[in-house]
Amino acid sequence: MTDLPQTERPLTGRARPDRRPHTLAEWQALGGYEPVRRALGLTPAEVVDRVDAANLNGRGGAGFPAAKKWKFMPAPGTAPGDGPNYLIVNGDEMEPGAFKDRLLLEALPHQVIEGALITAYGTHATEAIVLIRDEYRDAIANMRRAIAEAEAAGLLGRDILGSGFSLKMKVKPSAGRYIVGEETALIESLEGKRAVPRKRPPFPAQSGLWGRPTTVNNVETISLVPAILAHGPQWFRALSRTEEGGTKLYAVSGRVTRPGLFERPMGTTARELIDLAGGLSGNGVLRCFQPGGGASGFLEAAELDLPLDFGHCQKAGSMFGTGTMIVLDQTACPIGVLARHQRFYARESCGWCTPCRDGLPWVARILDALEEGTARPGDIDILRMTAAEAGPRGRSFCDLMGGAMSPLATALDRFGDLFEAHLQGGCPIRRGNL
Amino acid sequence: MSLPEFLQATIRQAMDDFGGARPAMLEALRLIQQAEGWVSDERLQQAAGVLGVTPAELDNLASFYSMIFRRPVGETVILLCDGASCWLNGADAVRDAVTEKLGIGFGQTTADGKYTLINCACLGACDRAPAAAVGRDRRTVGPLDPEGLAALLEGGA
Ligand SMILES: Cc1cc2nc3c(=O)[nH]c(=O)nc-3n(C[C@H](O)[C@H](O)[C@H](O)COP(=O)(O)O)c2cc1C
Ligand code: SF4
Ligand code: FES
Repeated sequence: MTDLPQTERPLTGRARPDRRPHTLAEWQALGGYEPVRRALGLTPAEVVDRVDAANLNGRGGAGFPAAKKWKFMPAPGTAPGDGPNYLIVNGDEMEPGAFKDRLLLEALPHQVIEGALITAYGTHATEAIVLIRDEYRDAIANMRRAIAEAEAAGLLGRDILGSGFSLKMKVKPSAGRYIVGEETALIESLEGKRAVPRKRPPFPAQSGLWGRPTTVNNVETISLVPAILAHGPQWFRALSRTEEGGTKLYAVSGRVTRPGLFERPMGTTARELIDLAGGLSGNGVLRCFQPGGGASGFLEAAELDLPLDFGHCQKAGSMFGTGTMIVLDQTACPIGVLARHQRFYARESCGWCTPCRDGLPWVARILDALEEGTARPGDIDILRMTAAEAGPRGRSFCDLMGGAMSPLATALDRFGDLFEAHLQGGCPIRRGNL
Repeated sequence: MSLPEFLQATIRQAMDDFGGARPAMLEALRLIQQAEGWVSDERLQQAAGVLGVTPAELDNLASFYSMIFRRPVGETVILLCDGASCWLNGADAVRDAVTEKLGIGFGQTTADGKYTLINCACLGACDRAPAAAVGRDRRTVGPLDPEGLAALLEGGA
């Protein structure tokens, strides 16, 4: 994957190039499950404190500190009612341009189990569910096999390693729809309902799956937890070049020579990542890029040296999101990319609230018309109005709509002339005029 | 035709695994589709019977989740990615070549019942763009080339 030494790639250092997962014995020979042993020798609060000191931010999109979320989880007997605390590992991965969790689930299933065990222990959860999108069949099979192995070896189930701690773990395949990845919609889906987000508060830590305290974490977040227990929070923070701890499994796709996944220090720049991906396709010239999937705002050449993490991307007017970059060269039209994104978000809207259900198809139609050369001057004003009215957090019921508006708003800001140029007969880049 | 014994058994198994009928409903639909390619009205009613829910409750789910097919599909389903990274790498040319070769557009099945073509969200294979998922095991193929569609069309049922 990359040439960094394994110790500097705690997440993927042990992955095989062909993604063949390790058997339990192979994994244990590489030091597997030692971090779990270590965690079970601490109290749950000590485990959470370590992760807190490591400054691990959630890798699912919002970058919320993992330990801070875990601290909302009530200790046994302190939440009203009966039943377990739950841990949900979010492997829905459907964001355009994101293909990172797939590798972790396919190639490193025992690492996901270790991470889930430690997280569950820290959050008093005794049941863990890994939700995986339906198309990731190898991931589903590899996770199921690894769970069965761990169960047979007493690493899952009752009284794990004689600690008194028990965890049941299972895989739940999804069946399409991007909104399932939104944590409250995911919970609805696991309860056998249509995946429509819930009102928050109450937050999942108060009332989640079946009304019980629930933590939802991304696959990559979970997969980083064992390394923190193995090597300590200071080591984890030192891996990063910024305040945000650890490495990141970056992805680069679009108009680059060798699109791929690269585990690098948090804060690696787009310039370095594009280099790792072999440079722009056909030695082209960069037009712009999205640093973190379809819902992240566009950045340009001036931002090539921006350290890519949650804080820096936000300050630059974009969003780090999934940390999976989409690169456009001079032959590629950002409005064309936006059109694909908006068609996707429009199609994937759960339909619950009006701005999203009705607004996104409208936006998508206008972008299509711009591309085809059938848009009218007033259409660009409608795009501006929609981005301004519906973009800010809280104007729609969940963040799908807001996320969809962020690349639109930055494109309107940065490429206003290009939008205007599309009014004269369609995409000028496609026609070779720009 | 009644629901095959093995499907009844796997649906009951899913109810055991997931703790009841509700959380097993979607899995029941998936299992039927895995075996038969799609979920007919008859199968939906039978599965509802095994689960102990009404057919309407089950169809309420089936009609929401896009990867549950409620209409017959061809022997081989081709899910062609319509995400941006695939578009940036020539997905439109691949789509046109498939349409030309098979004579079907998105959402259609060839007259001989061999292929169904469906557009779908980013497949998490942007490093293999343009990409598709083919057949009942959703085998990921790519990078696809409009000149040589063998990888796509022989992807297996
Ligand atoms: C529309 C939408 C889709 C989402 N899809 C995913 C997803 O596929 N995977 C994921 O981990 N988080 C996804 N999220 C974020 C989750 O709601 C949640 O914040 C995340 O799983 C928390 O994990 P983390 O704290 O480890 O980042 C999505 C959010 C929204 C609004
Ligand atoms: S913004 Fe509203 S309609 Fe869109 S996905 Fe969220 S809840 Fe559903
Ligand atoms: S955009 Fe096609 S696989 Fe990601």
